[in-house]
Amino acid sequence: MSPELINLIIQATGESLYMVGIAALLGTAFGLPLGVFLATSRKGELFAAPLVNRVLGAVVNATRSTPFIILVVAIIPFTRLIAGTSIGSTAAIVPLTIASTPFIARLVEAAIREVDGGLIETASSFGASPIQIVLKVLIPEALPGLLLALTLAVVSLLGYSAMVGAVGGGGLGDLGIRYGYQRFMPEMMLAVVVVLIALVQLVQSAGDYLARRVNRRLRHR
Amino acid sequence: MNAHQSLAIGRPIETLEAISPAATEPDAMVRFEGISKTYPAYRGKPGVNALQNIDFAIPRGSITGVIGRSGAGKSSLVRLINGLEKPTTGRVIVDNRDISALAGRELRLAQRSIGMIFQHFNLLSSRTAADNIALPLEIAGWSKADIRARVAELLALVGIADKHDRYPSELSGGQKQRVGIARALATRPSVLLSDEATSALDPQTTRAILDLLANINRELGVTIVLITHEMSVARQLAKEVVVLDAGHVVESGHVADIFTHPKHPITQSFLAEVIGDSLPVSLASRIVPEPSAGGQAVIRVQVRGAGAGDTVVARLARELGLDVSLLSARIDEIGGQHVGSLVLGVPGSEDVQAQVLAWLSQYQFSAEHLGYVA
Repeated sequence: MSPELINLIIQATGESLYMVGIAALLGTAFGLPLGVFLATSRKGELFAAPLVNRVLGAVVNATRSTPFIILVVAIIPFTRLIAGTSIGSTAAIVPLTIASTPFIARLVEAAIREVDGGLIETASSFGASPIQIVLKVLIPEALPGLLLALTLAVVSLLGYSAMVGAVGGGGLGDLGIRYGYQRFMPEMMLAVVVVLIALVQLVQSAGDYLARRVNRRLRHR
Repeated sequence: MNAHQSLAIGRPIETLEAISPAATEPDAMVRFEGISKTYPAYRGKPGVNALQNIDFAIPRGSITGVIGRSGAGKSSLVRLINGLEKPTTGRVIVDNRDISALAGRELRLAQRSIGMIFQHFNLLSSRTAADNIALPLEIAGWSKADIRARVAELLALVGIADKHDRYPSELSGGQKQRVGIARALATRPSVLLSDEATSALDPQTTRAILDLLANINRELGVTIVLITHEMSVARQLAKEVVVLDAGHVVESGHVADIFTHPKHPITQSFLAEVIGDSLPVSLASRIVPEPSAGGQAVIRVQVRGAGAGDTVVARLARELGLDVSLLSARIDEIGGQHVGSLVLGVPGSEDVQAQVLAWLSQYQFSAEHLGYVA
């Protein structure tokens, strides 16, 4: 493979990492509080607001059921409003973030619900406020699950990022389609797939490692 | 502690002192006034009257046992004390404050003076023993240095100073509950609520934890409210007992008083668990309804009170000039009072039996004729 092509792969990998990294960060920033709220706002719970819970739940479901490629195109005006342009890697971060936020929120919700309800009662019994319960009990206790959720979200984002080529987002998926498929360069397609596999492996291993590090439930010294 | 005690001779039969019921105790730490608690119907399940007409007081500095079967309302009752639940009617006064009227920040401040320990310990798996104990102090806004000093003090108090950096998954059940106790005591509460705190522990560990609670009560003067479905736990630790059944207080008072003279069937069934009223199989299988020549009549004598059973066999033998044999005996101690029964064999003729039963009733012993053995 020529040096130019290798440079293309390196550049596309950088774009992918940039889009996925920023979208994962933003998705977590929005998805974590949303997930915590979804997990704690049903009737009788810490931040009981059953109506808001149902409305947010419906919005989350609607966003998750929209195919990503349709979402990308449908929100182009919004993307332009936020990023100033609707084309390029930076613009692609907008739909990636919007797609990953409800995904992360549902994963966070599931992880938070796994925390033993007795711990919430315990913290309440010594006078912890709802915010203190979230910050000192729920999130630390759910941390292994949250890290695995984030790992899953990053892996999914790598897959989504292949589709943003449709709006000139660049990245590995775009490279694979344009060179590997449209220009009949199977070796390019193969190279892209290999890099993606390596990236997913790396992310998954790192996530598993971190989740194990913080999991004190079964660890014995 | 079902010790078959030796029957010492020479101590007089003592009668029980009249003990004032807890409700008239002037200095109450916790006072329930006209409490009822109803859980409304929800998703097709009918509403539940968990507690009704609850009026009693828990004396300051006491160890009070609340005993009842599951579903009797014990957990609801204890959660009214620390404001985790609100009564449907009535007030709960804790340390002269109406905790049932508090909410938000005021309630959270009041909750710092009420510690609670749980059946399943409820420790954070993500925190070490020391950090679990530190949690209520962090929540109360203590400085790092103060927390460190207080945690070291508490770990020593509960006897696990060497487990400072251990995670709950590395501790035994007893050690976890010690962490739970230290955590509950961290903010120097005046009341410690124990919700079945020993129900998940083996008998030895249970006893060690109960001893620790007794020490804490004695040394720190913390009022302890002990929720339990195990009579043996209430008996070992509590001075005052409240018996709950189907949301009602059916009996309350001094532990010895309640269990030497149980009135309600529930209390009697709790007592039977400890002292047992069944005969040894080898004896029960030999008892027949009709007397036989040279056989013995079998009489069971209930023993209630300090030293009550000690001299009965010797005196019976001496005063009536009879050969009295002791077929079976089970005497336990509850709150310093002896509770149990003696099964005696006396010569099998009708008039001897009548004489023996008359003698026993003269000394206020409750006795029954069970049959005959050869």
